[in-house]
Amino acid sequence: MARIGVFICHCGHNIASAVDVEAVLAYAKTLPGVVFAGHNIYSCSQEGLSSIKSSIKEHQLDRVVVAACTPRTHEPLFRKACEQAGINKYLFEFVNIREHVSWIHAKEPVAATEKAKKLVAMGVAKAALLQPQTEGEAAVTPVAVVLGGGLAGLTAASSLAGQGIETHLIEKSERLGGLLRDVSVIGPEGELAKPLLDDMISRLTRSKHGHIHLKSTVKGISGFVGNFELTFVEGCDEKKIKAGAIIVATGANEFTPVGDYGFGSVPAVVTQLELERRLAKGDVAGDVVFIQCVGCRQPGREYCSRICCNVSLKNALRLLTLSPGSAVTIIHRDIMSSGTAAERVYKEASETGVRFVRYGLERPPKVSAEGDGAVVEVFDETLDETIELDAGLVVLATPLVSPPDSEETGKLLKVPRDKHGFFLEAHVKLRPNEFATDGVFVCGSARWPVSARECIYQGLAAAAKASIPIREGKVVSEAITAYADVDKCAACGNCVLTCPYDAIEIIQVKGKLAAKVNEAVCKGCGSCVAACPNDAMQQKGFTTQQLGAMIDALVKGALEGAQ
Amino acid sequence: MTEFNPTILAFCCNWCSYAGADLAGVSRLQMPPNVHVVRVMCSASVKPEYIFKSLVQGIDGVLVLGCHIGDCHYLTGNHRTAKRVPIAQKLLDDVGVDSRRVKLDWVSAAEGEKFQQVITEFVDEIKGLGPNPMRGVRL
Ligand code: FES
Repeated sequence: MARIGVFICHCGHNIASAVDVEAVLAYAKTLPGVVFAGHNIYSCSQEGLSSIKSSIKEHQLDRVVVAACTPRTHEPLFRKACEQAGINKYLFEFVNIREHVSWIHAKEPVAATEKAKKLVAMGVAKAALLQPQTEGEAAVTPVAVVLGGGLAGLTAASSLAGQGIETHLIEKSERLGGLLRDVSVIGPEGELAKPLLDDMISRLTRSKHGHIHLKSTVKGISGFVGNFELTFVEGCDEKKIKAGAIIVATGANEFTPVGDYGFGSVPAVVTQLELERRLAKGDVAGDVVFIQCVGCRQPGREYCSRICCNVSLKNALRLLTLSPGSAVTIIHRDIMSSGTAAERVYKEASETGVRFVRYGLERPPKVSAEGDGAVVEVFDETLDETIELDAGLVVLATPLVSPPDSEETGKLLKVPRDKHGFFLEAHVKLRPNEFATDGVFVCGSARWPVSARECIYQGLAAAAKASIPIREGKVVSEAITAYADVDKCAACGNCVLTCPYDAIEIIQVKGKLAAKVNEAVCKGCGSCVAACPNDAMQQKGFTTQQLGAMIDALVKGALEGAQ
Repeated sequence: MTEFNPTILAFCCNWCSYAGADLAGVSRLQMPPNVHVVRVMCSASVKPEYIFKSLVQGIDGVLVLGCHIGDCHYLTGNHRTAKRVPIAQKLLDDVGVDSRRVKLDWVSAAEGEKFQQVITEFVDEIKGLGPNPMRGVRL
C-alpha cells in the first residue's frame, strides 16, 4: 500500500480566500492511502519546500500530492523537492486548486471547497498508482533563434553570438533597430539612440556566430526544447533552421489614434514618434501641447504604457532647448516618472517652464484646427476652469500596443497572450522571461511596454536563459513515453497506424508478435493508448488504470457530495 | 427538490487546453464550479473507454478539449480525436445514452475566454439535460 502525503497550499490568500483549506485538509486525511496531510501558507517557499521534505522523511512517504497552483509552472520545483527527499520525482502528483478553483470560483467558497476536495481525491487516487520512472536524454541543437530585431532582440542576439552560440536573428522589416530607429535621444539619461543601435548591430555582424535575416517571416515552428525547427521566408526564399532555443522579441507598435483629438484631420496633430522624427531633423518650432494617455488607461485599454510620460518630459525639455521662449504644455492625467533620473527630468521640466495641466478622463481636452496650428481647450482640474492653449503642434502620447501579427506568432509557438495581445510569461516573478513552454523565452515590449533600458535588461536575461539548454548540450525528456504490455498485445497494429512519429513497430517479443515502442522516438502523446482495443498500450504517468482511478474518485466524491 | 448540480469531467491536453484553463484562472474569469479538469498530454490519448466509464458511473457530462486542428503539439494527434469522439458519441446514441453529454471542442493556450465560454455553456446544457440516469445505479 502506498504511503501518500498530501500538502495543501494556501498560496497566501490566493487559494485560501475561496477554498477552506482546513476542510480540504481534513478531507484529504480520510482518503485511502493518505498517511499524512499538511498545509503551507506558500508551499513553493523555502519554508514550504523544507516542510514537505521533512514530512516525506518523517512519515516515510512514498507518494506526494501537492494541491496548489499549476503544474505548468511549479511542477519542476516540487518534483525536485521529492528527489531531494529521496523519492523518485515521478511519484509526485500535482492538483491545481488555484487556476482551476479559487481564481475562477472566487465568490463561491462552498462550491470551490467541494470541488477542491474532489480534485484532491482524484490526485490521490492517481498518485497511489504512480510508478518510479527514469528519464531519457536528447541532444540539443546548439543554435538560438531570436524573433525580432528591435533593441531587445538585438541585445539578446548579440549576447548569444558573443558567447559563441550560433544565433539567427529573424526580422520582418528591412532594417534593424525597431521603434528606436525613429528616436534620436533616449530618455531620461539622454544617450543617443543611433550609436547604441549601431554598436549592437556591429557586435552581431562582426561575430562569426551572428546571422541576420531581414525581410523574413516565420511560417512554421515545430519541435520542442533543444530540437525546434523553424520554417521562414526570407525575401522570396523559403528556409529552414533547426534550433535549441527561441527568443520572442517581436516588440510593440505605437497606437495610431485615428479620429482622436483631430488626429488624421488636423495636420498639426501628430503622435510621439512623428515628433521624434521631426526633432531628429530639428524641424520643430513654436508652441507645443502634449496630450498624455491618449487611448489608454480607459475602458478597453486599461493599462498604463509606462514610457510615454518620460518620453514627453524628455521631448518637452528638448523643445525648450531648441526654441527657447516657446510655450510647452503637458496635459496629463497623472505624471508617472518613477526612478531617480526620470524624477529629475520631471523636476527640471517643471522648473524650466514646462506647464503641466491636469485633465480628467470624463472631461478630455478638445482640439480644433486654427490656421496651420491648433487650439486646445481643456478643463484644468487644478484651476477648476476651462483654458485655451494655442499650439503650432499637438503631440498625442499614445500607448504601445501589441502588433497585429503577434497573434500569429503566439499561435505558431503555442504561447499565450493577455487580453491586450501582449505575451504572457510563465510566472511574473519566478520566470519573467520564459514561457511555460520549455525552450521559448520572451523579452522587450512584446511582453509589456518597456523603456530602452529595460529592453536591454530583458534581452540579456532572455539570452542568459536561452543559453542554458544550449550550454548543457542535452535535455532530459520527460518519462511519459508509451509502452506495450506484451501479454495483452494481439499485434493488431492499430497503434502503429495511429502514431504520428512512426515510433511503434510490430516485432517478435517473448516468442510472439507484439508492439514495441522506440522510446527515443516516442514523444508521449498517448494516441496509441487510445487506439489500442486490448488495453495493452500504456503511457507512463497516464496509464489507463491511473486515469480510471481518477474517474472513480470523482464519481465517489460526487456521490458523497450528493448525500 | 434541490437544484441539480451536475458533475462534469474535462480532459484537457497539456499544451493548449490545460494552458487555456490556466489562463482563464490567471485572468480571474469566473465560471460554474461543476467541471473537474484531468490533464492528459494530448486529446488523442483520451480513450473512448474513459468517456463510457464516466457516463456509466454517473458523471453527468464529459468534455474533451484539445488544441485547434493544425496546432496539436503532436502533429496530427487531434485529427484522431476529431474522429474518435464522434464515433464514441454515435456508440452512446446507439445504446440509448444521450450523446449530448459528451462534447469535443478546441481551446488554445491563449483562449482563456473561450475556455470560460465552453465551460459555462456546457454546464448550462447539462443542466438542461438533467441528471445522468445512470447516477447511483449499481451495475
Ligand atoms: S496536444 Fe493538444 S490536442 Fe494534441
